[in-house]
Amino acid sequence: MAQKSNKKLVIVENWCKGCGICVAFCPTKVLDLHNEKVVIKDIDKCIKCGLCELRCPDYAIYLEGSDNE
Amino acid sequence: MSSQLIQNNFRMDRLPHIWCPGCGHGIVMRSLAQAIENQGYDKKKVCVVSGIGCSSRASGYMDFNTLHTTHGRALAFATGVKLANPELKVIVVTGDGDCSAIGGNHLIHTARRNIDITTIVFNNNIYGMTGGQYSPTTPTSEYGTTAPFGNIDKAFDICKLVDAAGATYVARGTVYHTVQLIKLIENALINNGFSLVDAISTCPTYYGRKNKKGSAVNMLNSLKENAVDIKAAEKLPKEKLEGKFLIGEFKNTNEPEYTEEYMKIIKKYQKER
Amino acid sequence: MSDRKVKLMQGNEACVEGALAAGMKFYAGYPITPSTEVAELCAQKLPLIGGKFIQMEDEIAGMAAIIGSSLAGLKSMTATSGPGFSLKQENIGYAALAEVPCVIVDVQRAGPSTGLPTAPSQGDIMQAKWGTHGDHPVIALSPSSVKETFDLTVKCFNLAEKYRTPVLLMLDEVVGHMREKIEIPNPDEIEIYNRIKPQEGDDSYKAYRVEEKEIVPRMAAFGEGFHFHVTGLMHDEFGFPTNDTDTSDKLIRRIMAKVSDNVDDIVIYEEKYMADAEYVVLAYGGTARSAISAVKKAREMGIKVGLFRAVTIWPFPEKQIRELAGKVKKFIVPEMNLGQYVLEVERVVAGRAEVISLGKANGEVITPDEILSKIKEVL
Repeated sequence: MAQKSNKKLVIVENWCKGCGICVAFCPTKVLDLHNEKVVIKDIDKCIKCGLCELRCPDYAIYLEGSDNE
Repeated sequence: MSSQLIQNNFRMDRLPHIWCPGCGHGIVMRSLAQAIENQGYDKKKVCVVSGIGCSSRASGYMDFNTLHTTHGRALAFATGVKLANPELKVIVVTGDGDCSAIGGNHLIHTARRNIDITTIVFNNNIYGMTGGQYSPTTPTSEYGTTAPFGNIDKAFDICKLVDAAGATYVARGTVYHTVQLIKLIENALINNGFSLVDAISTCPTYYGRKNKKGSAVNMLNSLKENAVDIKAAEKLPKEKLEGKFLIGEFKNTNEPEYTEEYMKIIKKYQKER
Repeated sequence: MSDRKVKLMQGNEACVEGALAAGMKFYAGYPITPSTEVAELCAQKLPLIGGKFIQMEDEIAGMAAIIGSSLAGLKSMTATSGPGFSLKQENIGYAALAEVPCVIVDVQRAGPSTGLPTAPSQGDIMQAKWGTHGDHPVIALSPSSVKETFDLTVKCFNLAEKYRTPVLLMLDEVVGHMREKIEIPNPDEIEIYNRIKPQEGDDSYKAYRVEEKEIVPRMAAFGEGFHFHVTGLMHDEFGFPTNDTDTSDKLIRRIMAKVSDNVDDIVIYEEKYMADAEYVVLAYGGTARSAISAVKKAREMGIKVGLFRAVTIWPFPEKQIRELAGKVKKFIVPEMNLGQYVLEVERVVAGRAEVISLGKANGEVITPDEILSKIKEVL
C-alpha cells in the first residue's frame, strides 16, 4: 500500500523549467512553484503515486527507492 | 542526481534537453525509456533512429545505438538498419511534420512492408523547430505562422493512415495519460511488425500561443477532457464524441514480418558453402 | 590464369560482379533506366550469399537505407541515373558528413530533367562534385570498359571503406549497356579493404576520434555494444551535435583533408602516346573509347597527339594536368555534355596551354571522327 512505501520524493532543481505540470496534476496538492521552480509544499500529503514523475517533461522530480526496501 | 530510469537509459551529460518549458516531448521520451526498461531489452541491441525537428533530438539523449538522420527519412534509414541486422530492436522517433509530410511516403511504405520497426510520433500539431508553421496534423481553421488567416488544409489522422497502409499495431496516447502511453509503447515494441504509436504531445510555445490554448497545464487539461478511450467510445452516442479524439489501441494483428520473410528467401536459396 | 571465369557481360552486370567481389552485402534502390540491371542482378544474387536486397519506395529512401545498413556493418550500394542522382544528393551529403562508407552508381543519361532516358550522357560530372550542399569530400571514378567497371567497382568499395566516405561510380549509358568479354579475377587476386573497427569493449572509444597515424575514425557497427550517436549536424568527437564554430571548423577541414591529403592514393589515370605529344585529348568514361581511336588515327597521320584518360574524375588529377600544361600546346576535351570537366581543365592549365571544348549533349556518343576533325581543326 502507498502509505507503507519507503519511496522518497526528490527534486532536481536545476533541471526544473517551471512548467507547473506536476503542481497542477498532483492529486493531493503536495507541490508548489516558487521562483519558477517546483518545491514540496506538504510532503505529509504525498501518496507516492509517482504521477509527477511520469508527467515531468524535464525529469526534475522523481520517487527514489522502492517499495521493497 | 536523477532517477534510476533516467540514469539507465539516457546520456546524462547530454541532459537537460533543449525542449521548451512545458513541451510534452520530454514526457513521451521518458515514456519510451520506461517501456524499453519494462520490456528488459538488451541495450546493445536497441537502435533509436530519428528524423529532423524537435522530436528527433530525442535520439541524442537516449543511451542506445542512435541515429539522427535527415528530415523525413528516419524510417528509410531505419529500414536499412533493420534489414541489415534484424537482431536489432529498431525504434523510430519522429514528429508529425517529419513523418507525415516530408516523410509521408516512407511512412506508408514502411507500414506496407510490415517491417519490425516501432514508430513513436511526437505529435504536437506544429513545426516547432522552425518556429510554428502549420503541419499535416494542424486542425482545420487553427493557426500557424504560415496559416495567419487560419488553416484551410484538412488534417491527417496518422493512425488511420498507417492502419490503411498495413501497419499491424496502431495506437494513440497522450502526454496526460502517461500510464496508458507507456503500456501502448510496450505493446508496440512487443508487436513483431510495423507498429506506430501516435503520442499526442503539447507545444505551448508555438501551437499553444498561436491558438490561445493557454499554458502547458491548460493544454494537458485539454487532452484530459477531449481524449476518449476507444473502448469507452464504443458505448457512447455519436453526439458525445463531437470535438473529441480517440485514444487507446486501434489495431493489434499478426501478419508476416518483412525481415523474416526475407530470411526465408535466403534460407531457401542460399548456396551451400 | 586459366581458371579465371571468362564471361560476356554488360557494364551494369560487371558492376554487380565487382561489388560482390568487394564484399557488398546490401543493396537498396529504386528502378530507373538505364541502371535497372544493377538492381535486378543484386535482387537475384544477394540472397544467394546471405546478403540483402530491398526495393525502396523512392530514390531518397534507397540512399537512406544504404546509409542505415552500412552503419549496421554491411558494405552497401545503390544505383541510379540522373533524376535519381539529383534526389539522392541530400543523403549523399549526410553520408559525407557522418562518414558512412557506401557506393553510389550513377549510370548517366541525357538530361536535364527526364531528358533522354535511354541515351548516354556525361552530364552529371559537376553534379558529382557539387550536387549536395556545403563543402564535402568527393571521390568519383569513371570506367571506360566493362572490365574496368568490374575493377573500379571493387576500388570504389575499397576507397569508401578506407576513407569512410560515399564513393561515386560514374558510368554512362554506353559503358553500362555495352557488352564485352571479361575475365573475372579469382577472389585471391582481388585486393579488399575493410573498415577498421574499434577493439571489442574499448571503453575509451569515441565514434569520431581519429587514432594516431590513422586516416579516419574507427567504425563500430550498431549492435556491437558501442552506444555511439550518428548525426548530420556538425558534431564533436563523440558524434554529438555542436554549434561550436571551432569544433565545426575542425570537423569540416578534417573530412575534406581525407581526400585532399591522399590524392596520390585515389587518383588513377592513363596516358597513351604522351611521350612526345604536343596535343592532348583529355577524356573519361565511354568517350575515352572514341578518343583513343581518334588519337590512333591522328598518329597514323603523323600528328603528335596523345590521350590523357581520367579514371578518377574527382579528385581532379590536378598535379598531372598542371605538369602537362607546361609541355603541350593544346588540350582537347571531348565530353557528352556542353563543357563541364573542361572548366576544371581550364582552371588547372591556367592559360599555359590552350584548352578546347568538344561538347555534345543530344544523346549521341561523340564519334572518333568528330574528335579527329577537332584535332585537325586546332592544329
